[in-house]
Amino acid sequence: MLGQTEVQHLLERVLHRSPADQTEVLFLGLEEALTRFANNEIHQNVAEHNYGLIIRAAIGQRVVAISTTATDDASIEQALERAVALAKLQPENPEFPGFAEPVPLPETTVAYDEATATATPESRARAVGEVITYALSNNVNASGAFRTSRYEWGLANSHGLRAYAPTTLADLTIVGMTETSSGYAADAAWRFADIDVAARGREAVDKAVQSQNPRPLEPGDYPVVLEPYAAQDLVNFVGRGASGMSVHEGQSWMSGRQGEALFDKRITLVDDPQDQALWPLPFDFEGQPRQRVKIIKAGVVGDAVYNRLWGEKTGHATTGHALPAFSPFNPSQAIGGSGPFPIHLALEPGTASLQEMIKGIDRGLYITRFNYTRVVHPREVVITGLTRDGTFWIENGALAYPVQNLRFTQSYIEALAEVIAIGAEAQCERGYFGLSKAPALCLPRFRFTGTTGF
Amino acid sequence: MKTLTALALNQAQLLGASYADIRILETREQGVSVRNGTVQDANEVQSVGFGVRVIVDGAWGFASSAILTATEVEQVTAQAVAIARASALFLRQPVDLGPAEVHQDIYRTPYEIDPFGVPMEDKLALLLEADRLMRSDAAIKVTYGNLVSVRRHQFFASTEGSDVEQELVETGGCIMALAVKDGEIQRRSYPNIFRDQHTEGWEFIQRLDFLGHAERVGSEAVALLSAPQCPSGVTTLILDRTQLGLQIHESCGHPTELDRVFGTEAAYAGTSFLTPDKLGNFRYGSELVNLTADATTPGALGTFGYDDEGVPAQRVPLVQAGQFVGYLTSRETATQLARLRGEDPAQARSGAAMRASGWNRIPLIRMTNINLEPGEWEFDDLIADTDEGIYMETNYSWSIDNLRLNFQFGTEMAYEIKNGQLGQMYKNATYTGITPEFWSGCDAICNEKHWGVWGVPNCGKGQPSQVAHTGHGAAPARFRNVRVGVMK
Repeated sequence: MLGQTEVQHLLERVLHRSPADQTEVLFLGLEEALTRFANNEIHQNVAEHNYGLIIRAAIGQRVVAISTTATDDASIEQALERAVALAKLQPENPEFPGFAEPVPLPETTVAYDEATATATPESRARAVGEVITYALSNNVNASGAFRTSRYEWGLANSHGLRAYAPTTLADLTIVGMTETSSGYAADAAWRFADIDVAARGREAVDKAVQSQNPRPLEPGDYPVVLEPYAAQDLVNFVGRGASGMSVHEGQSWMSGRQGEALFDKRITLVDDPQDQALWPLPFDFEGQPRQRVKIIKAGVVGDAVYNRLWGEKTGHATTGHALPAFSPFNPSQAIGGSGPFPIHLALEPGTASLQEMIKGIDRGLYITRFNYTRVVHPREVVITGLTRDGTFWIENGALAYPVQNLRFTQSYIEALAEVIAIGAEAQCERGYFGLSKAPALCLPRFRFTGTTGF
Repeated sequence: MKTLTALALNQAQLLGASYADIRILETREQGVSVRNGTVQDANEVQSVGFGVRVIVDGAWGFASSAILTATEVEQVTAQAVAIARASALFLRQPVDLGPAEVHQDIYRTPYEIDPFGVPMEDKLALLLEADRLMRSDAAIKVTYGNLVSVRRHQFFASTEGSDVEQELVETGGCIMALAVKDGEIQRRSYPNIFRDQHTEGWEFIQRLDFLGHAERVGSEAVALLSAPQCPSGVTTLILDRTQLGLQIHESCGHPTELDRVFGTEAAYAGTSFLTPDKLGNFRYGSELVNLTADATTPGALGTFGYDDEGVPAQRVPLVQAGQFVGYLTSRETATQLARLRGEDPAQARSGAAMRASGWNRIPLIRMTNINLEPGEWEFDDLIADTDEGIYMETNYSWSIDNLRLNFQFGTEMAYEIKNGQLGQMYKNATYTGITPEFWSGCDAICNEKHWGVWGVPNCGKGQPSQVAHTGHGAAPARFRNVRVGVMK
């Protein structure tokens, strides 16, 4: 971590040297460590110290973004010269809204936890060791990963905007396996201590034991009880459709439907950057206050999320949902352009327990999680994917026996149009960029279109 | 560079490492994109950093940093050693890398035109003109195109004495039109929405000829809006080479990764149905099916000189005449496999499939170029020989289970085949199957003339996630008794 003073000094050095008409500079710092285990041993254990500057330079309406890991004066000057030279080669972009003017940022908790930031390889290894010990005592093969991340973000532009935030995240995934079965558990939080690794280990291992020797089941339409892990998939695919860019371009399930009662009245989906149980963050990557957006309000199609570009293009104010111009940390990510994006999705919980949901089903499926889900058609969010890590047949209001995994092909919009019950407790997982939160769902029908034989 | 590599290797040994390697990587990437007639991206990424991998007390440790100084190299090496010691707390089998790999060499991607030498204005002009040509109809709501250039200059050194320098150059791009009308959305792209990407220079983009395809892309997207839904049923399927490339990627490439087979990717991507007991005695497909992992295919995206363990690029058979015969391997897994099969681990050689997405990632087993060898058919003869079926082209969606058995793909466009001719266009085409059943139904593959490699620049694997660049050679092929039209 450079710390606020040094980051701000670095950003000022860039702005001071820029010959561009307008300049914005984003500092992204990362210290991340991940302990990975499989076959009941730690097989990968890695650490990364990374940072990058993303400099956006504008000459008139022509904008270029350059990222560099070199922060000495000469390298910064070279990057700026390169940016300006490339900008001059472009045609004018009439849609460029200019960089942001300074705005007051909310006085909110920033998700930073020193214990998470300073977690050691030993502390991760010992936590993982408890999972392995429990797995071995149950003849289960445990795999998974436990990651702690410390981020440091700073933003400044030539209009005087300044923003800085350090933040932390920890996340855990565990899969327990036997010869014929598997079980799953996961968690994510911005405080390392909020993740009970041993309890999650017991959950995954116990599920693997319970789901042994699954029986085949014919594909078809069945009522389902989705654990929060499975419900997360619906939350994330439906939530992604709230990008103001997709809505405007007609690509989203929301396009032309805002105000329609498309879902069950109990469905309320929000993007909530102030939710303390998620990942409270004060500003987006344009330095704009992150705002709570109701994407679905009591079953009615609500609002989309915007960054400054797509807000201006569509006559909306930004909602503070800009991503960085591109990711400097992953190679081959020099193309950005994903538009505004919700990273704090939360489906509001209901009142039911998992047991109450199961009790309400005569014949149906209990699903732990979905795997390898992809969009077949975007308008109705038709998704195909598979069940994984613990699928059970429900009969007469009780779990009857484990069943082999099934492929489904199902519109998530249609699936949420009618809901039997929503779980009282929501569960966090790491999503595409941020965190998302979902409760269990009990749905009257879900379309399964294939079998796997395992 | 040699001072820094020597520093890391000496430091690691002094701290007790039985093996260490260091990769120093300088990456430059340029991405430009155009959306709806305006410039969306004009980006350059410049990254320098290093990663140190060590074995201490039989366990792996890895640490990396963007700060390329002697002090940081010492600190990061010490961190890698400390991490390895933590890993050793829960270790069942000490790492065995098998025989030493000692190479001193320089490899550079051959290319004709440096993609970074082509002015950005020329790249944008090409994309803007393609964008204009795709807008042939008011129903086209989104047009998009991108071009990517990559140069990776990397240095690898190990305590075994290897010292390898590589310069890998890649160039890629795509164009796309999205048509929207009355609640229907249809997409057409060329060569596909992920980009085609090669280890070549700008000459690859010239060959792609975006301007020659742009009008067709736009008009096909519009035509799809009024095309009927792909019918449901079991029929004969012919796949174009790009969709077949992704079929190979998902149903052959991933299940032959030996780290998956040994369970080390179980918690994320899954494992594999191609377990070691099947090696050499499992019918993966029909006798026509020959699949190889070939890191030497000229110009293909998975082509290199040495993998990220410093092992020379190779051509490894995976499926021969339909029989499953080989895996994608690393030094560690090749040795494990030999031991499992009662062979001499001291003779086990890696197939050179260990690759890391950057200096900040540990190498994993990744696909190189997974190629379906060409058959003997002319494409027109193949259609003429098919009484009834569906021809599908250009991937839209993809999904496969965690053992890599049950797959379902969607394509952007399809045509009915009737009485040996292409007929009605279909939208929302999908097909599904079980991997060995599907490949066993392969009864015709087109010849060398129709064969080409397609680059996949977005193959995800690992925790923390890594994006690999893989290649897939294929020619159109025919499959019998395939279930199509899964989406209602």
